[in-house]
Amino acid sequence: MNFQKTLKASLLGVSLAVIAATGASAKNLVYCSEGSPEGFDAALYTAGTTFDASSKPVYNRLVEFKPGTTEVQPGLAESWEVSEDGLEYTFKLRKGVKFHTTSFFTPTREFNADDVVFTFERQLKKDNPWHEYTAGSSWEYFDGMSMPDLIKEIVKVDDYTVKFVLNRPEAPMIANLAMDFASIVSAEYADQLEAAGTKELLNQQPVGTGPFSFVGYQKDAVIRYAANPDYWRGKQPVDNLIFAITPDAAVRLQKLKAGECHIMPYPAPADIADIRDDGNLTLLEQQGLNVGYLAYNTKQAPFDKPEVRKALNHAINKQAILDAVFQGSGQAAKNPIPPTMWSYNDAVEDDDYNPELAKEMLEAAGVSDLSMKIWAMPVQRPYNPNARRMAEVMQADFANVGVNVEIVSYEWGEYLSRSKAEDRDGAVLLGWTGDNGDPDNFLAVLLGCDGVGGSNRAQWCNEEFDALIMKAKSVTSKEERTKLYEEAQVVFKEQAPWATIAHSVVFMPMSSKVTGYVMDPLGGHNFEGVDVAE
Amino acid sequence: MLRFLLGRLGLLIPTFFGVTLVAFSFIRMLPGDPAELLAGERGISDERRAQVLGQLGFDKPLWHQYLDYITGIFHGDLGISFVSKKPVLDEFLTLFPATAELALCAIIIAICLGIPAGIFAAVKRGSIADQAIMGTALVGYSMPIFWWGLLLIILFSGTLGWTPVSGRISLMFFFPQVTGFMLIDSLLSGEKGAFLSAVSHLILPSIVLATIPMAVIARQTRSAMLEVLGEDYVRTARAKGLPPRAVIGLHALRNALIPVVTTIGLQVGVLLAGAILTETIFSWPGIGKWLVDSISRRDYFVVQGGLLLIAGIIMLVNLIVDVLYGLINPRIRYN
Repeated sequence: MNFQKTLKASLLGVSLAVIAATGASAKNLVYCSEGSPEGFDAALYTAGTTFDASSKPVYNRLVEFKPGTTEVQPGLAESWEVSEDGLEYTFKLRKGVKFHTTSFFTPTREFNADDVVFTFERQLKKDNPWHEYTAGSSWEYFDGMSMPDLIKEIVKVDDYTVKFVLNRPEAPMIANLAMDFASIVSAEYADQLEAAGTKELLNQQPVGTGPFSFVGYQKDAVIRYAANPDYWRGKQPVDNLIFAITPDAAVRLQKLKAGECHIMPYPAPADIADIRDDGNLTLLEQQGLNVGYLAYNTKQAPFDKPEVRKALNHAINKQAILDAVFQGSGQAAKNPIPPTMWSYNDAVEDDDYNPELAKEMLEAAGVSDLSMKIWAMPVQRPYNPNARRMAEVMQADFANVGVNVEIVSYEWGEYLSRSKAEDRDGAVLLGWTGDNGDPDNFLAVLLGCDGVGGSNRAQWCNEEFDALIMKAKSVTSKEERTKLYEEAQVVFKEQAPWATIAHSVVFMPMSSKVTGYVMDPLGGHNFEGVDVAE
Repeated sequence: MLRFLLGRLGLLIPTFFGVTLVAFSFIRMLPGDPAELLAGERGISDERRAQVLGQLGFDKPLWHQYLDYITGIFHGDLGISFVSKKPVLDEFLTLFPATAELALCAIIIAICLGIPAGIFAAVKRGSIADQAIMGTALVGYSMPIFWWGLLLIILFSGTLGWTPVSGRISLMFFFPQVTGFMLIDSLLSGEKGAFLSAVSHLILPSIVLATIPMAVIARQTRSAMLEVLGEDYVRTARAKGLPPRAVIGLHALRNALIPVVTTIGLQVGVLLAGAILTETIFSWPGIGKWLVDSISRRDYFVVQGGLLLIAGIIMLVNLIVDVLYGLINPRIRYN
C-alpha cells in the first residue's frame, strides 16, 4: 500500500511538473495516428497516412474539397474558368498568401504563379531538375491520374494567373486538382534547397501555406506542427497539432480514454459498442467512399455469359458477409459507386439472395458441376477487413447452388500483379477507395475498356457502358454527366461483371472536448478549424 | 588470451559475409516487388515499373547488385530507403537508441529478478516456493506478449492510471535528440519532470520485454545451481562449517553463473535485434517495427542494411560474452 502511495505521489508529481513545464497557455490538439508518414512531399506517395501528415495540415491546393463533402471549393485559386472546348483551365490566384516561416526557411515573397508552375512541372517534365530529386522518385498519383498524357502545358499568364492547357477535354480535371498530389509547394524554398545541395529536405521538412506549419518529426513516434499565424483562412483555434503515432488500435483507444490524445482513427470493430457507451467520448461515423467487390473474369468461360455471373450474384448472402466480415461496419453494395457519391443510381435493384433462383439460372445457362477459384486478398483494407473470411462465406454460398470453390491467395504485390492478367483463372476479391469524389474515378478506372489487363479486374469491355462513361468524361455539365453515369450503372447491373459486396462505414472516436471536427468522405483526416474545450 | 581473442575476431569475417549474402538474397526471394506494392490497387504500368526499378538499380544483374551492396558497406553507405528517401544508416541510428534503451532496462530487470529467483528455487528445491517460482517462470515463458502488454496497459494505465499508455515521454516535452537515449536526453534537457516522465514511460514496456528473458534466466540459474550444489567442493565447503550464505554466494554461484552468462548474452542479442510486438503495443519507435514494415514494403535497402547492422550488433555482443566467458572460466581460454 505504501508502495502504491509513493508511486501515485511521484506520478502526480510528474503530471504537475509537466503542466508547469509547458505553461497553461498553449492549447494542443493530439491525434493518435495509425502509422508513420512515408515522407512529407505528398506528390511522391499514395497512402492516406502520409497525406494526413503532409498535404492536409501543411499544404493547400488550387482548389479544395469542401469539408465533409466531395464538392470542390476555391483554395489558393480564387476562381477559375474553363474554355468552351474544355481544353483550357485558367486560374486566378489568391493574393496575400504567405508561405510558412519556420526555423529552416523564411520566405521573402508571397505565394504566386511561380509556385504553381513549379509544383506541376516537377511532376510533368522529365527534364525538370526536380523530376527525380530523390532515389526512386515516382509521382504515383500524377501518373496514376494520367496527368502526363492529359496536360500539354502549364502557362504563367501573369503573377496571379495560371493556365493549364490540356490535350483532350477532361471533366474531372478540377476534382483532380483538389487531390493531395496537387499540393502547392514553395518554389522559393525549393531554390534555397537546390542552392544548398539538400534537395531531399523538401520531403523531410515541408513548407506550405496550410493551417499548420511543420515543426519536427521524430521517426515513428511524434510529429509536431504549430498553428500558422498568417493562415489566409485565419489562425487555428489550437496552438499546436501533435500526431502521436500509435500503430495498435486497442492502444489508441486506451490513450484516448486516458486523455493522452483527443482523436483517433480506425477503431477495432469490436470496440465500437464500448466507445458508444463511454460518456467521455464522441463517436462520429460516415459511409466510406469505397466499394468491395468480387470481379469475375468475363473473358473466361462460363463467366463470359452475363446470366452465369448474374446467377452467382443471386447465390451470395451479403447479409451474412456483413455480419461475419464487417461486424456492423459495412453496408451492402448494389452499385459500383458508393451512395454518398453524386450520380449514385438508387433506382437500380440489387440481385437478391435467392439460391433457388441461382440454381435455376445456372441450369438454364447450361452450367453444371461448375468449379471455380476465388482469390482472397492477403491484406486488410477498409473495403474488405477480412478477405479470407469473405471468400469462405462465398464458398459456402456457392456450394449451396452446386458450385465448387477453391480459395487461392498470393502475397499482396503478387496478388495485385497476377490479378491483372486477362487469362486469370478465377474471380478476384478486391476493392477501391475514391480519390477525388468523381464517379469517373470509379467507373472509368475500374470498368472502362482501357483498364482491361490493368485495373479492370473483370477484364470487362462493354461497348455500351464504355461509350457512356467516355461521353461523361468529355461533357462539363454535371447534370448531363449524372444522367450518363446513372445509365452506366444500369448497364453494369444487367451485365454483372462484378458481384458488388459492400461499402464500409468509417468510425472516428474522439474526446467529447473536441469540437469542429468534420469527417472527410474521401477518408482523410483534416484538423483545420478543430478546437479542444479547456 | 590474445590468441583466443584473435581467433574469435577471425571468425567474424566469414560470418559477416554469410550475413550479407543471407540479407541480400532472402528479401529478393520474396515474391512481389517494391514498385508494385507502392502503387497498390491503382496499379503501375510495365513501362513505369521498369523505370522505377531502374532508378533503384534493380535492373542490374544480381551479382552486380550484390557487389554494389558490399562496396557500399565498405564506404559506410547502406543505400537509401526508397520509401522515406532517407539513408538507411541515418534511420537506423535514429531508431536504435530507443531499442537499446528498452532492451537494456529489460535485461537489467530480468537479471535482477531472474537470478535470485533461480537461486532461491534451487536452494529450496522441491518446496512450494520452488514450484511456485518455476510455475511462474513457465507461464512467463509461454505468455503471449501482445496479450500481456495490453493487459498491463488496461490495468495500470487505463483502470489505475498509474503509468502512461504508450510512447517514450510525455508529448508536452519537446527537446532535441542528443544521444537518442530518452533517460539521458531528458536529464540533459534540464526540463523539470522530463526524466520522471521518461522513467514512467519505460516501466510497462520494460516489464513486458523482460518477461521471457526473466523466465529463461530463472530456469537456467536454477538448473545450473542444482548441478553445482551437488558438487564435491560445495559439500566440502559445507562440511568445513561455512555458513549457507557463503557456500551459495561464494562457492556455488560463481560456478553456476558460467552458463547463465551465456544465456544472458544470447538474450541481450535477441532484445537488441528489436522487439516487434513490444514496440508495436507501446508505440515504441525502435528498429524491430521498422524492419518488419520494410519487409512488407519490400524496401530492399532497409532490409539488407538493417539486417546487417543488427547482425553486427549481435556479433559484437556475442564476442563480448565469449571474452567474458573466457575471463570467468579459464578452461575455455586455454583450450
